[in-house]
Amino acid sequence: MNGRPVAVRLTQLSRHFGEVKALNSIDLDVYDGEFFSMLGPSGSGKTTCLRLIAGFEQPTSGSIELNGQQVAGVPPYERDINTVFQDYALFPHMTVADNIAYGLMVKRMPKAQRITRVDEMLAMVRLPGFGGRKPSQLSGGQRQRVALARALINHPKVLLLDEPLGALDLKLRQEMQVELKTIQREVGITFIFVTHDQEEAMTMSDRIAVFNHGKIEQVGTPYEMYENPQTRFVAQFIGTTNVLEGPIAQQIVGSPAPFAVRPERIALCPPDTAIPPDNIGVRGMITDVTYLGMTIRWIIDIAGTLVTVIEPSAQLHANALDERRGQPCMLVWQKAHNRALKEA
Amino acid sequence: MRSKDMHRAGLGLKATATAVLIFLNFPIFVIGLYAFTTEEASFSFPPPGLTTRWFGVLMGRSDFWEALGLSLQVALAATGVAIILGTLIAAALYRSNFFGKEAISLFVILPIALPGIVTGIALRSAIGVLDLNLSTWTIVIGHATFCMVTVYNNVVARLRRMQHTQVEASMDLGATPFQTFRYVVFPNIATALLAGAFLAFALSFDEIIVTTFTSGQQETLPIWIFSQLTRPRDRPVTNVAAVFVIAITLIPILLAYRFTRDVSET
Amino acid sequence: MRRAMNYLYTHPNATLALLLLIPMAWLVIFYLGSLSAMVVQSFYTLDDFTGRVLPIFSTFSYQELFSPGNFDIVVRTLGMATVVTLASAVIAFPLAYFMARFASKRTKGLLFLGVMLPLWSSYLVRVYAWKLILANEGMIAWGAAQLGLTGVLEWILSLPVIGGASLSFSYFGMFLVFVYIWLPYMILPINAALERVPKSLTEASADLGGRPSYTFRKVILPLAFPGIVAGSIFTFSLTLGDYIIPSIIGDSARFIGSAVLLYQGTAGNLPLAAAFTVVPIVIMGAYLLLARRLGAFDAL
Repeated sequence: MNGRPVAVRLTQLSRHFGEVKALNSIDLDVYDGEFFSMLGPSGSGKTTCLRLIAGFEQPTSGSIELNGQQVAGVPPYERDINTVFQDYALFPHMTVADNIAYGLMVKRMPKAQRITRVDEMLAMVRLPGFGGRKPSQLSGGQRQRVALARALINHPKVLLLDEPLGALDLKLRQEMQVELKTIQREVGITFIFVTHDQEEAMTMSDRIAVFNHGKIEQVGTPYEMYENPQTRFVAQFIGTTNVLEGPIAQQIVGSPAPFAVRPERIALCPPDTAIPPDNIGVRGMITDVTYLGMTIRWIIDIAGTLVTVIEPSAQLHANALDERRGQPCMLVWQKAHNRALKEA
Repeated sequence: MRSKDMHRAGLGLKATATAVLIFLNFPIFVIGLYAFTTEEASFSFPPPGLTTRWFGVLMGRSDFWEALGLSLQVALAATGVAIILGTLIAAALYRSNFFGKEAISLFVILPIALPGIVTGIALRSAIGVLDLNLSTWTIVIGHATFCMVTVYNNVVARLRRMQHTQVEASMDLGATPFQTFRYVVFPNIATALLAGAFLAFALSFDEIIVTTFTSGQQETLPIWIFSQLTRPRDRPVTNVAAVFVIAITLIPILLAYRFTRDVSET
Repeated sequence: MRRAMNYLYTHPNATLALLLLIPMAWLVIFYLGSLSAMVVQSFYTLDDFTGRVLPIFSTFSYQELFSPGNFDIVVRTLGMATVVTLASAVIAFPLAYFMARFASKRTKGLLFLGVMLPLWSSYLVRVYAWKLILANEGMIAWGAAQLGLTGVLEWILSLPVIGGASLSFSYFGMFLVFVYIWLPYMILPINAALERVPKSLTEASADLGGRPSYTFRKVILPLAFPGIVAGSIFTFSLTLGDYIIPSIIGDSARFIGSAVLLYQGTAGNLPLAAAFTVVPIVIMGAYLLLARRLGAFDAL
């Protein structure tokens, strides 16, 4: 424990639906003020975890602490937490201003005060003057910002975001990623962000937790997750990687246990290159090459296993690429870049 | 040739469909017509003359007014009960998936799905076994039992169409379940509730079979009309009363239609 | 108060039970309870001397059902229900078909209204309207006279069993009114079933070489069938229990519904009335099981 204040602490948290273990004994600390992402494929348990923290579902066992207080069994309207939903969940029969002020209204804040706060929020999410409109009159991106304002106006201790950018197209999504990050820094609230998009998580987060089949496989900063993946799943889910195991691993490192090496750490060399010290060299055959604009992706066959190699496209001439198919080559990379993997 | 067949109905089909539609609706107009006939004791068509004096005669009949009053009372009471019961069931059933859920939704529909005499005589037997008196209340109980299904159908359909995350969002923002119902759920179901209530009213106002079994000396309007049918001299008065009934049941139906249609078009 | 609310929130099963408590109690007491009371009554005995109903177990009422006069009633009612159902299916289909496949959105709304309006407006008044229409001096007779079809009318009335003194006092007349009254119940499920047939299926059939009548027989009709069965549940069941139409358009004593009314009222033979009522319940029970196998419940 490193003494940083903890906003959310999950201890042996489980949620079972009959036989199905949606969440299987999770332990997690989310620090105060950080932008934390829960990343994983659908069905991995990340959304269930979020809903347990929000209070929409009750855990089967284990505990949830918000700022040191036990909240399992406490309904969502008594937790100091707010959520931005995937489908925004704006109230269609209310104006934008009434939507945003909702949390203040149910706590009986006087109208004049509410109006001031709403205007502040509209300015923060860059929708000034939109107060009188109805949600049906807004675009997807605008609705998303209203949902955000509606949650933030209550100054919750923690803000939960359930794949809020999923419905937006790419450009808009990238803009919103930057905006969300900026807002988070401004208000200093802890953000817990659920997504299945690893690039999104990597872009925005201070730390990431990778979920798989109801368990957390690894927690760390984006750098740690990419450079030092601990399990096969994490290595393959974040970025692309090569996993070598069995006979080929035996041949290269002397043990059949699986290990990973990133495609951009491998150099594609002529077949008779001398191997520098502390490096690994393996012979193989080029089976495919794709020009991706910024990079070139090679697929090399080494004794039956396919390995991906990525290199910057700067030097090579595009036309020469196709001819390289079928040619022998040597893959060279530093031993230090091997990462041993545990099966989760 | 083929594509033409598929995208536009043949003249034959259109004609048949129109004929069926007319077949369904013209009797209502016939009643309207006969309310104005000058003839007293027969049904001749075309009517020999037109007059409005039967309306005056009907107004003077105290038994008609009593029957009308009773029908209105019963319909209002039954609708009130149906609103409460129907909404409770709809709230319970619209999302849950528990053992017996299908059985319960079937159970709710049963009173209206089985023929009226079954409900009627069942209630009669129960009243007999419990040795109760037939009264206005027994009528209301009978009506409410099969009226709750219209409220249930409308409300459950609207609840299912509502984004459930709205409810979660409301509670997430600090609203208790009561506040959530008041500010979020109720506005969403209000028009469906109203539509169901109107249909329940029309159903109750017009009902005769179950009512016959559960009423003692009381006469609701349909029972009154039915007894009038054996009195040929009173025929035109009966026709005017019939027009009344049609008018009174038509208005809630049209309103219910407007309420459920508007929402589906937004 | 708040604690109760919080408890209910975190225990959804308790909330469910609470919501269902009052309505279920109502239905069980007033409906299930009554039905059981009625079935129990069907096994009671009617003391011939005192005319009172005694709680002594006997199957006499059910045996009485099979006496020629009573059995007649059951058969007649079943026969009418069958004929009415078949006719309704045939008449309802064109309109339902048009509504589902060819009507524009606006037209469909209006057509729906045109079907719902009669459905929800007064049953009694509409039956009464037909008495006026079918009367010997009424609209149909007048129309037939104008078209020179009076001979046809008289021929129909002269037919044994289904004819009678007047259309408004004959089985044929009853048949017409039954079909008219239950028609919306047949139209709506057929329409619902047809709407669920994707347009792409007919296009695929045509693409594979099927002519329109073939596509109709082999693709559309089978897919509409569950809807027809669903509608038939209503027309069959409602006809089985009705006594109003037979008593307005005929003399009332000869159908199940009328028998029930008679025996529970002045004749004071509640066990027999109950036994008569059990007949449609049993028939509909079997019919519903069959209908479920044929997929009708998905069409509802």
